Amino acid sequence: MNWLDWLNTFFTDPAHRSGPDSILNRVLEHLAFSAEALALAVLLAVPLGLLIGYTGRGLFLVTALTGVARALPTLGLVTLAVLLAGVGDTAVLLPLTALAAPPLLVAAAEGVRGTDPDVRDAARGIGLTHPQTLFQVCVPSALPTLLAGARTAAVQVIATATVAAYVGLGGLGRYVIDGLATRDFPTTVGGALLVVLLAVAVQLLFALLIRSASPRAARTVHTDEPAGSPALSKDSI
Amino acid sequence: MTTRPVRTAVAAAVLMLGAAACSSSGGGDPLAAKTTAGAGGSGKTVVVGSANFPENVLLASIYSQALQAKGVKVEEKFNIGSREVLYGQLQSGALTVLPEYNGALLGYLDAKSTATGKDAVNTELAAKLPAGLGILDSAAAEDKDSLTVTQDTADRLGLKSIADLTGKAQDLVVGGPPEFKSRREQQFKDVYGLTFKEWKPTADTTANALKDGTVQVGNVFTTDPKIVQLKLVSLSDPKNLFSSQNVTPLVNKAGLDATGTAALNAVSAKLDTAGLTALMKRVAVDKEDPSAVAKDWLKSNALN
Amino acid sequence: MLDGEPLVRWHWLGDHLGYLAGLTGDHAVIALVPVLIGLLLAVPLGLACTRFPRLYQPLAAVFNVVYALPSLAVFVVLIPYTGLATRETVMVPLTCYALAVLLPTTVDGLRAVPEPVRQAATAMGYGPWHRLAAVELPAAVPYLIAGLRVAAVSSISLAAVGALVGRGGLGYLFVDGFQRTFPTPILAGIVLVALLALVCDLLLVAARRLLAPWAAEVAR
Repeated sequence: MNWLDWLNTFFTDPAHRSGPDSILNRVLEHLAFSAEALALAVLLAVPLGLLIGYTGRGLFLVTALTGVARALPTLGLVTLAVLLAGVGDTAVLLPLTALAAPPLLVAAAEGVRGTDPDVRDAARGIGLTHPQTLFQVCVPSALPTLLAGARTAAVQVIATATVAAYVGLGGLGRYVIDGLATRDFPTTVGGALLVVLLAVAVQLLFALLIRSASPRAARTVHTDEPAGSPALSKDSI
Repeated sequence: MTTRPVRTAVAAAVLMLGAAACSSSGGGDPLAAKTTAGAGGSGKTVVVGSANFPENVLLASIYSQALQAKGVKVEEKFNIGSREVLYGQLQSGALTVLPEYNGALLGYLDAKSTATGKDAVNTELAAKLPAGLGILDSAAAEDKDSLTVTQDTADRLGLKSIADLTGKAQDLVVGGPPEFKSRREQQFKDVYGLTFKEWKPTADTTANALKDGTVQVGNVFTTDPKIVQLKLVSLSDPKNLFSSQNVTPLVNKAGLDATGTAALNAVSAKLDTAGLTALMKRVAVDKEDPSAVAKDWLKSNALN
Repeated sequence: MLDGEPLVRWHWLGDHLGYLAGLTGDHAVIALVPVLIGLLLAVPLGLACTRFPRLYQPLAAVFNVVYALPSLAVFVVLIPYTGLATRETVMVPLTCYALAVLLPTTVDGLRAVPEPVRQAATAMGYGPWHRLAAVELPAAVPYLIAGLRVAAVSSISLAAVGALVGRGGLGYLFVDGFQRTFPTPILAGIVLVALLALVCDLLLVAARRLLAPWAAEVAR
């Protein structure tokens, strides 16, 4: 059996065509967890990050929060959440949100802070209020950074959501875990491939978004940057 | 300019030392490489493995300590996977001893086997196992797979045995470990004519999933203390779909000498279902360490 | 779901200090040795990428995909080659993840030397190796350490997943606690993983202060 045979076995299995174990259903489950977690993280982290970046206050908070959140092991959080809240979407949503929030928080703060100070001063000078300056000047210029943060968050969440299957939830991790339990390599490898495809698709989507959000001048500057280097997490503030 | 490379080198050395200090701080290896030299240990190291559920860890711990008491060198690899994963490791010799359940093992080797009863199962097992593997004496202790429901479900649907599920199974969701479906789906069809609405892999939370209604029928081990704790009812199995499940050491014969064999057979001679259930309560409910519980049991049976 | 089980059994923690220390040590080895190996690979690869810029785009793309691989699936697929419940099964993928993080930061760091400085070094009679050791690598140190911080913390967090294939250091506490409806070890594991990550991070910050006192923070 080689890898191609495994994949062939996986994709031609009738159980993977329809019903709860179908590829379509598992992909949708996986996307649903991931999107929910990402949306929740955006709601929590982005406003806070914008505020911190604009006022310049609480940057230490960003460093501390992101450091701690990044160090939290998802497997531990998921198992604990299941013991406390029972098997259900909450159990996987909270840990994945904790995973997605740090890069978003950092990106929002960094992006706003990175706005050209002269432009900001000019905006204030022509009489824009603080909220107007933030939303009409800083946010647009922070958008590419923010989207890069969202891309990191999305890829991490999609790759990590596989762990949900360990505690009995659905998603593509189901294939990985069930394949391990039954020593069924085609299923594990097929599931892994789908996760990677999903992650790559999301990266491409974000690459397009970032491109269209970047001002023309910036595009030419950024062309020699690798297409979404994984270190993207701007860890160093 | 010249001081910079020096400084770089010094700091690099500091980094390396830091990492080395980190890596040696734990001293030994708590899990995988626990090699214990027994008093008169002379032979090869026996690797005792266990599947990924607490009772199997407890049994493996009993085996490991019984072997060590007789001077056998043991390495423990506990809680590492399902039978499907471990069996290959035993064949390759990466594991030497594994606590098994004779009926489940036979079902794994031959899904169509109809043998029931300890002796019939063991006779067939001995014939079906590949040449390098063998089983030792079975214990009286049994831990059967079961289909279990809540008291409420049992009353509502009038369930006493698995056969009572006829005509009702198609509305019920069944839960169990991830491997449960591929092992049993066809058997339920063939033996009882049952097709469930859905198979949910509820893993270690099956008993709780029954309680909170995520699944209505669950695959719970009969020695699981949660059956009593959560007032669950295990359905009887008149057609013996779940065959005899005596705790039995499965061994790679080349890796175990006569001393080791005698030590494990001595364990099987003393281990019964009531005893195992009591030990499991200490592990799963009182949260005592499996190794400590195993030690107590060996001591009270003069096997230490 | 806890059915009367307390969130923390404090006496369990007290009784298991040695056990927890052992798991922490095991975890540190499984998680951090791959980061060191990743660093040792990233520097020559990064150098190659700066010398041959065409190499960088495809390599970066490959490591991007590697980074998205679910760790558990990679562990499972490696079992036939590296064995069940062995350190290697967990450490090989972690090395790849570390490399995926470290390669771009290394390249950024090596590119951080302004061309005039490089030319000045050449004019002073530095050969390529001397210039590398005296100018380019020191200049890359802040970048490397920024990369190491990300790599170390995520490696520590990911190593726990190895427990699902029998070798995950502190991750064992999650599996054990989950199987026995026992939150105490899970909480202990979460705290210890976070502490280990924090200690490594602080060590790396200290190393940067020592190695590159001129660089406050690399704001990339």
